[in-house]
Amino acid sequence: MSTTTPPQPGVPAAEPADAPVLEVADLTVDYPQRGGRPLRAVDHLSFGLRAGQTLALVGESGSGKSTVVRALARLQRPSSGTVRLGGQARTRGDAYRRAVQMVFQDPFASLNPAHTVDHHLRRPLLATGRTRRGAQADTAVRELLESVNLTPAADMAAKRPHELSGGQRQRVAIARALAPEPRILLADEPVSMLDVSIRLEILNLLDQLKRRHGLALLYVTHDLATARHFSSEVMVMYRGTVVERGPSDEVILNPAHPYTRLLAESAPSTGATREQARTARRERLDQRARRAAEQREATTEGGCPFRGRCPSVMDICAQRPPAVEVGGGHQALCWLHSTDVRTDGSTDGSTDEGPDEGPDEGTEGSVSDALT
Amino acid sequence: MSGDADVVLSVEHLSVEYAGERPTRAVRDVSFELRRGELLGVAGESGCGKSTLAYAISRMLKPPARLTGGRVLHRSRDGVETDLLALEGEALREFRWNRQSMVFQSAMNALNPVTSVGRQFDDIFRAHRPDWTAERRRQRAGELLDLVGIDPARVRSFPHELSGGMRQRVVIAMALALEPEIVIMDEPTTALDVVVQREILDEVERLREQLGFSVVFITHDLSLLLEISDRLAVMYAGEFVEYAPAEGLVSAAAHPYTQGLLRSFPDLAGARRELRGIPGTPPDLREQLPGCPFAARCDQVFAPCSDQHPALLDLDRGTGWSAACHLHGLQGAIR
Repeated sequence: MSTTTPPQPGVPAAEPADAPVLEVADLTVDYPQRGGRPLRAVDHLSFGLRAGQTLALVGESGSGKSTVVRALARLQRPSSGTVRLGGQARTRGDAYRRAVQMVFQDPFASLNPAHTVDHHLRRPLLATGRTRRGAQADTAVRELLESVNLTPAADMAAKRPHELSGGQRQRVAIARALAPEPRILLADEPVSMLDVSIRLEILNLLDQLKRRHGLALLYVTHDLATARHFSSEVMVMYRGTVVERGPSDEVILNPAHPYTRLLAESAPSTGATREQARTARRERLDQRARRAAEQREATTEGGCPFRGRCPSVMDICAQRPPAVEVGGGHQALCWLHSTDVRTDGSTDGSTDEGPDEGPDEGTEGSVSDALT
Repeated sequence: MSGDADVVLSVEHLSVEYAGERPTRAVRDVSFELRRGELLGVAGESGCGKSTLAYAISRMLKPPARLTGGRVLHRSRDGVETDLLALEGEALREFRWNRQSMVFQSAMNALNPVTSVGRQFDDIFRAHRPDWTAERRRQRAGELLDLVGIDPARVRSFPHELSGGMRQRVVIAMALALEPEIVIMDEPTTALDVVVQREILDEVERLREQLGFSVVFITHDLSLLLEISDRLAVMYAGEFVEYAPAEGLVSAAAHPYTQGLLRSFPDLAGARRELRGIPGTPPDLREQLPGCPFAARCDQVFAPCSDQHPALLDLDRGTGWSAACHLHGLQGAIR
């Protein structure tokens, strides 16, 4: 059981000042929709990324997790909210992009089939002015390849993507992201396209590089198990809102939000016997049948975004749930954990504008907590 | 061969090659039996030949792939044996979908985007049940959708109006349309979210209990197979390297590759441990592989692994549990 500051295997002994390298406050992204109101993909999200630590962002497809990454990489303009790099409110585009790099999901699509590995690594080195042409760049390319265990470097550098396996391609993609010496690495499902036997190798590599370079790592995934093992903190996202966050063991072993529980139950469990699995399946089918009559894609205007699928839905869920502290640094956005429904509910019970206030207060609180 | 009457599909020494300057031997001498009502899981990484195997036993290989050997026998409920590889023309057409159907990897794309779901059910019935009336076809399509938990009114929907999970259910309903004895599923849940994946798997299990068909379930996700399979085959470099009852495999996997795969799945609730996968990459299937194909990645490799090919041997555990590894007896390796 962890305390407020759980022991982090990934944190170097001499940790830099606790201030986050990247601070996200009230990030909101809307996508325009034809003939309708815009789709709110990310709704007032606040968090901080710290050097030498991994934050996992977990969610299903459509939860908005990739939109978060796109907004942080400045590939998507947020509707509102601020992203502060190193405490500064504004950072010029090139400086920002040098500090914040991405590793994409699909290494088959993110490398140019016409170019060699060498070209993929040399370009960012030169473009960001990290090295000069010639011997200096040659050395840097070799070092990058060695840092991601692609050896012998000279052989690997001459290859083109089609000569590499998926895992090797993803290593090239990681080396390319490291070329500008970023402070923050955004890894959007970095292993979901890879074979199971090499996933852990890649995740271990990211973990090592994070320690060696003191990177702040945002690990976006749908896989709760690796999120737990490779991150110190987890945020669970559902329909644009973070519904639960906290130390990774806390959130995944003792999930407080019904959605996180559903995710955890859905993961295949290797330990169970077939009989246990069969019983569990019967229970799930019964539960689903009971809920079948209810509209599954229920409207979620204003209230809890999960209430259409929630097994423990209550009347009050039509109102925006408050962010409730359920343990050291562990928060859930759910009425189930609200000890005093009256006081919490009264702030956002009446108006349409109210709903945004609940989570804002909660998340801002956590950011300011972290800052002090 | 225990309980022959129970076996619905038996595959004997099946081999498939992709033609080329140096042919790629994607499936190498694979044999197995599928029992009636059983779910056989086939686990393997990309490029191990698992999809090629599925296409071979469905008679759907297209050049440059070609069968280079083996037999696939189908035994119907009344004991009639059919040699699948000998079927031609009308007999093959008749066999497909009636007796054995397939759910493809990207079911999202298996549906025709420009016609309604109902029309696509109609196509199946027009082809295989030409004597049915339009009314009967419509009714059966509705029943099938209901069977997989979709509102029968959805027959009028187009694929883009359905979610990924619903589309996958529709494809499963189509595979069951003619009540086949065998359904081959190739990565049926890979593109889906965990929660939806869980729903689909539960659905498959429920339908199997209800209708009693057999399933060959192919996926890269071993942890998923452990939960749903009766028996499980682990495939590597075109061969079955372990063939075991699913229950018990976690604790007693015999082949180092299976052990490595099992290690590659961090347990959600288990203790934190050092996590490692399997270093290295699978061998090139165009090469001649004189020794054990896994030798280069194996952490328990020893002398005979480099030049003697291990055969799939019964481990005498009483359940047909077998493994192709020199660690479990060298005597059978020299062939």
